[in-house]
Amino acid sequence: MATFQPLFWALFTMVVGVFGCVAYFWVSNMLLDRAFPARGAQAGRNILRANAIRPWLFLFPAIAILGVYLIYPVINSAWLSLHGSRGQEFVGLDNWRWMVGDDKFLESMVNNLLWLFVVPALATLFGLIAAAVTDRIRWGNLAKSLIFMPMAISFIGASVIWKFVYDYRGEGQEQIGILNAIVVGLGGEPQAWITIPFWNSFFLMLILVWIQTGFAMVILSAALRGIPEETIEAAVLDGATPLQVFWKIKVPQIWGTIAVVWTTITILVLKVFDIVLAMTNGQWGSQVLANLMFDWMFRGADFGRASAVAMVIMLLVTPIMIWNIRNARAEG
Amino acid sequence: MATLQLDKLKKCYGEVEVIENLELSIEEGSFTVFVGPSGCGKSTLLRMIAGLEEITAGELRIDGARVNDATPVERGVSMVFQNYALYPHMSVEKNIAFGLKMLGLPKDDIKRRVRAAAETLQIEPLLKRRPSQLSGGQRQRVAIGRAIVREPKLFLFDEPLSNLDAELRVTMRVELAKLHRQIGATMIYVTHDQTEALTLADKIVVLRDGKIEQAGTPMELYLDPANAFVAGFIGSPQMNFIPVTATGIDGGIRLKGSEMGNLDVVPVGQGWSKDMTLNLGVRPEHLQVGSDFPVKFDIAVDVVENLGGTRYVYGGTAGGHQVIAETRADAIPRPGDHLTVGFDPERARFFDQQGVRLRNALPS
Repeated sequence: MATFQPLFWALFTMVVGVFGCVAYFWVSNMLLDRAFPARGAQAGRNILRANAIRPWLFLFPAIAILGVYLIYPVINSAWLSLHGSRGQEFVGLDNWRWMVGDDKFLESMVNNLLWLFVVPALATLFGLIAAAVTDRIRWGNLAKSLIFMPMAISFIGASVIWKFVYDYRGEGQEQIGILNAIVVGLGGEPQAWITIPFWNSFFLMLILVWIQTGFAMVILSAALRGIPEETIEAAVLDGATPLQVFWKIKVPQIWGTIAVVWTTITILVLKVFDIVLAMTNGQWGSQVLANLMFDWMFRGADFGRASAVAMVIMLLVTPIMIWNIRNARAEG
Repeated sequence: MATLQLDKLKKCYGEVEVIENLELSIEEGSFTVFVGPSGCGKSTLLRMIAGLEEITAGELRIDGARVNDATPVERGVSMVFQNYALYPHMSVEKNIAFGLKMLGLPKDDIKRRVRAAAETLQIEPLLKRRPSQLSGGQRQRVAIGRAIVREPKLFLFDEPLSNLDAELRVTMRVELAKLHRQIGATMIYVTHDQTEALTLADKIVVLRDGKIEQAGTPMELYLDPANAFVAGFIGSPQMNFIPVTATGIDGGIRLKGSEMGNLDVVPVGQGWSKDMTLNLGVRPEHLQVGSDFPVKFDIAVDVVENLGGTRYVYGGTAGGHQVIAETRADAIPRPGDHLTVGFDPERARFFDQQGVRLRNALPS
C-alpha cells in the first residue's frame, strides 16, 4: 500500500489541477457575467465592461504563476547579490567586485564564450547537413529518428553515456572507453581525456552537440521542405550544381529559421550545467557559469556570490532571448 | 535558335502512362503552343524538354542531337515558370545574373548582359529591388529577363501569364509576341487558355490524355479541326454541336435535324454511311441571327451576353438543344424572344458519334 501512496497523490494532484483550472475559468467567467449582466437598461455598457475585464481574468493565472516563479526570483536574486553569504547584511557591490577578480569566474566566462561559439555553430551545421541529406535518401526517416534520439536523453543520462566513451584506465589495463580503445588500437597512448585542460571543454561540448543536432535537424528539415520547389528547379535550369543549389538557393531562403535554431541553442548553452557537473564538476579548467553558481550556492553556501553569478547568466541570456523571440515572430 | 524533334517520347509514373509515344517536330525560330485541359500532360511534356523530368522512352533531339540525358544547361534551354520562381533572397539584378554567374562569365560581361536584358524588358529601375517589392507583372518580366539573359537556343514558358489579372495578361501577351519577333528564338509555350494559344502561336499542339489530338497553325485548327475535341477546345464561345440524322440521296447525303431544314452534303473520305446519326458543328460566330441563310431554325432566347460590338445569344431549339448564336445588330434580343438563326453550309463541320471528323463537300 505504501508504494501506491505517491502514485495516488500524483494522480490526485493531476485531477485536482486540471479540474481546478477548468473550474477557475468557468466560475470566474460566470461571476463576471453575473456582475455585468448583458441585459437590462445598462446592457451595452455592461458588455463593454465585461469584455474589458475578461482577458485579464483569463490571463491572471498565467501572470500570477510567472510572477511568483519568474519575476520574483529575478528581483530576489538581484537583491541577494548585494548581500552577504547568508543574505542578511548588505554589502553593496562587494560580491560583484570579488567576481571580477576571481580566477574561476574568468575561467568560466572564457569557457562559456567557447561553448557559445562552438556548440550552436556545430549543432546547427550538422543539423543542416543532416536535414539536407536525410531528405534525399530512402532510409532518411530512419536516419532522422536515430539522429533525433539523443534529444530524448537527459543531459545527465547523456553525460553518463559519454563518460564511458571518454573512460580512461591506467597504463596496461584494458581500455573500456571506446575513444581510448580506438587510440590504443591504432597504436597510440591512452589519455585521460576529460582532464586535459582547454581540450576537455571541447570533449564536453561534443556531448551537447550530439544532443542538439537532432533538434536543429528537425526544425531545419521542416524549413527546407517549405522552400518553393520552383526556385530550386529554376536554379537547376540556371546551371547550378546540387551543392550550389543548397548553399546559394536553399540556405539563404531559410536564414531566418537558421537564426532561430542558432539562438535557441545559444540560450541553452549559456545555461549549460548538468554536463559539466556530471563530467568534470568544473575541474581541470572546464568550469562554466551555471556550475560555478551551483558551487557557490550549495557547496560554498554563499547566497550573495551565487546570486551575483546568476545575475550575470541572466544578463547574458536576456538580449539573445529577446532577439530570438523577435526572429521567431517574424518567421510566423 | 534550335529545332526540336520528339520521337516516340514516353513518360510513365509507375504503371501510369502520362505521355504516350509522342511524335512532334518544332521548327527553328517558331512559337509553338501546347494547349489542353488540365491533366493532359502538357506541363509534363514541357518539363521533359527542359530536363526537369526524366524521359521514360523515346528520343528527344535538339538540333538533331539526342539530349535525353543532357542537363538543362547542356540542352541550352531556359524556362519561365507559372509562379515566377524568382529567388526571394536576391535582388532583381542578382536574379537575372545568377545563371551567368553559374556559367562563370567575367563580371563585366555579366553586368553588360544584365543591363541589356533589363533594357529589353524595361525593368532597369527595378534592378536593385527584391522580388517581394514587385508587382505580379514586374515579377514576370524579371522571370523572363532571367530566361533571355542566357541567350538560350530554346525558351520554355509554363503558363507564365495565368497568375496575372486579365488586363495585364493581354498586355504581356502582346509583349511576348514582340519579344519573340525581336529575339527570334525558338519558343515553346504551355497554356490551358485557347485565346493565348490562338494569338501567340505559329503552331498549336492540342493535347489530351498525353496524346496529340491535332497540331497545326491556329487557322488550321480553327477552320479545319481534326475532331470534335479540337473543334470544341479552340474558339470561344465553344462550337455548337447539333445532332442530325443522315439519309442517302442521289450523289450525296441529306442531313436532317429535329429543328432545321434539310442540308445536302457530298461525303469526302471515310466514315460516312447512310442512316447514321452524327453531330453538326457550327461556331457561334457563324450561327447568325437573321433569316437570309440556306439553313435556319428558330430558337427561344435564354440569355444574351452583350460584348458591345457583338452579342452572343444563348437559346434552346425546338428539339431541346442549347445553342449560341451571334448578332451584331444593335437591337438586343430579350430573354423569351423567338429568333430565327441560320448559317452558311460551308461553315458546318461534321463529326461522328466518337467525335471523329467526317469531311464533306457541298453539292454544286
